[in-house]
Amino acid sequence: MFVPHTEEQKKQMLDQIGVRRFDDLLADLPSDIRRPPLNLPPSLSEMEMVRHMESLAAKDHLALSFLGAGAYEHFIPSAVWSLALRGEFATAYTPYQAEASQGTLQSLYEFQSLICELFGMDVANASLYDGASAAAEACLLALRHTGKRRIVIPETVHPHTRQVIQTYLAHSPADIVTVPRREGTTDLGRLQAALGQETAAVLFQTPNFFGCLEESHEIARLAHAAGALLIASSYPTALGLISPPGEYGADIAVAEGQPLGLPLGYGGPYLGLFACKTELMRKMPGRVVGRSVDRDGRRAFVLTLQAREQHIRREKATSNICSNQSLCALAAAIYMSLVGKSGLKELALLNLQKARYASKRLAEKGFPTAFPQPFFNEFAVKCPKPPELIAERLAKDKVLAGLALGRYFPELKDHLLVCVTEIKTRQDIDCFADLLERACR
Amino acid sequence: MPIETPPPLEPLIFELSVAGRRGLPWPKPDIAEAENESPLPAALRRRTPPEWPEVAEPQVVRHFTRLSQLNFSVDTHFYPLGSCTMKHNPKAADRVVLLPDFIGLHPLRPHTLSQGILEILHDTERWLCAICGMDAFTLQPSAGAQGELTGVLIARTYHESRGQNRPVVLIPDSAHGTNPASVAVAGLTAVTIASTPDGHVDVDVLKSKLGPDVALVMLTIPNTLGLFEPRLREIAKMVHDAGALLYMDGANLNALVGLLRPGDLGVDLLHINLHKTFSTPHGGGGPGAGPVGVKAFLSEFLPTPRVVKEDGVYRRRMDFPKSIGKIHGFMGNVGIVLRAYCYLRLLGEEGIRHVSENAILAANYLRVKLAPLFPKMPKKPCMHEVVVSGEGAFGPGVHTLDVAKRLLDEGFHAPTIYFPLIVPEALMIEPTETETKETLDLFCKTLESIVEESRTSPEKVTSAPHRTPIRRVDEVKAAREPDLRFKRIP
Repeated sequence: MFVPHTEEQKKQMLDQIGVRRFDDLLADLPSDIRRPPLNLPPSLSEMEMVRHMESLAAKDHLALSFLGAGAYEHFIPSAVWSLALRGEFATAYTPYQAEASQGTLQSLYEFQSLICELFGMDVANASLYDGASAAAEACLLALRHTGKRRIVIPETVHPHTRQVIQTYLAHSPADIVTVPRREGTTDLGRLQAALGQETAAVLFQTPNFFGCLEESHEIARLAHAAGALLIASSYPTALGLISPPGEYGADIAVAEGQPLGLPLGYGGPYLGLFACKTELMRKMPGRVVGRSVDRDGRRAFVLTLQAREQHIRREKATSNICSNQSLCALAAAIYMSLVGKSGLKELALLNLQKARYASKRLAEKGFPTAFPQPFFNEFAVKCPKPPELIAERLAKDKVLAGLALGRYFPELKDHLLVCVTEIKTRQDIDCFADLLERACR
Repeated sequence: MPIETPPPLEPLIFELSVAGRRGLPWPKPDIAEAENESPLPAALRRRTPPEWPEVAEPQVVRHFTRLSQLNFSVDTHFYPLGSCTMKHNPKAADRVVLLPDFIGLHPLRPHTLSQGILEILHDTERWLCAICGMDAFTLQPSAGAQGELTGVLIARTYHESRGQNRPVVLIPDSAHGTNPASVAVAGLTAVTIASTPDGHVDVDVLKSKLGPDVALVMLTIPNTLGLFEPRLREIAKMVHDAGALLYMDGANLNALVGLLRPGDLGVDLLHINLHKTFSTPHGGGGPGAGPVGVKAFLSEFLPTPRVVKEDGVYRRRMDFPKSIGKIHGFMGNVGIVLRAYCYLRLLGEEGIRHVSENAILAANYLRVKLAPLFPKMPKKPCMHEVVVSGEGAFGPGVHTLDVAKRLLDEGFHAPTIYFPLIVPEALMIEPTETETKETLDLFCKTLESIVEESRTSPEKVTSAPHRTPIRRVDEVKAAREPDLRFKRIP
């Protein structure tokens, strides 16, 4: 279908090669198992394919969603993907040939700069796969850098992030200590008790899985007092209002970058953000773009610090990663440029205000906010009926009520995690509150 | 006279910033301030805003459009980058991934509200099984390297479930660097096996290294020289007899689609690259996707959640106690899988058979047509790519790197160079099935004139490129004085 050769041209090519039939080129391939039937469906024209995809998409049509829990529905300015999907960006390879890739390279340098500003950190890489693998890579870096063997993680960190870290560290000599919560945030007393000389790092998340804001400065103080590194996982949008990792001295900052202009898209492709202090720069995982000059003295960008990477160092590399989420990083750079310096704070405030309004409305309907700690745009409510049942009833109206927490925290089986971003209007929230009330009748 | 520094090609977005300028206005709050309870505690508040640029939409649009024009890409240039399979990326997939009902899919939705997308994931897994001769697939790994890590973890967990401690993984010296790096992340030890002079696995060496300590043998099939191992089935038997597993790095699957199923060759598990074989765009270095396929006896070790179909209903199932766990925050790069699904539907059973045949045809056409230029050009047919040493081909002092750079001047992206490491001055050329014969002919002609030029005026080649937006970059400066971010000078 995408092969442009005519039969005549194919024959000319075979003649040039000097074989009579194509199969003469396959002498090394066992002949008894060649060209098996695959039982794939028949070929569709583009028109048929698009129609088929539209019908599959329509099966999943939804009216309204209050589900967050690590993936967030934010407004995406039209310019983001209209620019990022330009063929010159989307169909380029990794920018190994700098002379032919300045577009990708400069936009990644801008991305790194924007991420450093967002986090208040010294340096950032050109992105990792997603927030969860960025957290896992941060743990590996901390273990390598300190030579210690323990990672301490509060249970308020997203369960999926903790599971991915578990997978990455399963066969390392390191152990992971989980710290319990007090209400909606990390139990600081238990955190302090879990820290010791052998602790390589504390990894925490704020706003955390429950949407609550952790006492970042205090966690930083405890971690550093124990001689451990601090790895902070945050939510980019929230950083318009809340203190970024650099302000409380985090050594490594990671985040799921999806809120920066990437659609929900059933979980990917997303964007692993990774930044750190200068002293960890040469141990960072992943690609990095640096600024240099070309032989005429003109400003030029190039992949750099490659001595860390797998294609040079093989098994001694700082990570096995070979790519980045380049196009997602580009989209995020466009998004951050459009939002701008003052726009992020306004956006964060919209989220905060709407979520607070929602928590009040829901409380009035018999769904009180579960935890006393301040939250950003997501909060847990205690439900008068099982949350699974309520969610099922709302799903009939194509509304997603949020996440039933019992699946991850059995002791919170009566709780629903609700998220409200800037895209929800007051009317949406009122409607949601009414639906919840009705579902409990 | 002082030498003037040439102006930058395009200012940084930060250099376009003017205080007070706005890009995107947000709607006015519809919640009155009075309804907004106490503000955040002071200790948790951000003290200084991020120094993001203050730019308006027209500037942002022009800036990134101009940047895009500084790139080579498949849409604009022939891109014969070996091992990367830079084939055409169908535009219909762009349209499909932007359908609002796909964009809005939250990954934690209940299965009852995601039957459409789960059907797509389930069918993609089935079709990849059919193409690869495997019994089960996971679509979770985000890239080839993460697929490798997943595969090695599966192998390790499998052996451990049988009470066996096998710490060693055997890898040929022609392998991609990610192979040993992934093995290291999985806590195993990579041991390199030397290739024969003609680039194949040295079966005797392999045999001598196989033993009760070997968990896995990782082979790229066809290998990074673009050659198919003629003794592959024999190798598979040796590996299995030693109690080890055979892993295939599927980076080069574009040579086998529809022709041969890796599972029929004795491969136990493999990763493939949707951004190579299944035509999803490379995105300037990602996102891609590196699905992993396994034979039935390894399926219980696959990452969770897994997509299953029970009584006509698609579900995400977590209850696989022997699973290696989660490798991605959610379900992987689903948007990329969606594109691959579109590609498979467009090609279907008939179209899929033309992929590898035409890729192999094009590579051999280049091999023969370029043979007069390269004394070391392989005589034997290659698969989907041809690897040739530049030794003895160019004028005095001219290296493969120089020729690669000169190709950029002529509007061709360079082939992969200096890889595999075992071929001196290597050029790895992969034309793919989607380039016209006219383009291939022009490429040969251009390379011929560059080789000629390397003898008549070598300095023209060693100082290339001349016509690209920038010229060769000072990489030493970049690494010694790292400047990784813009910082406004106060």
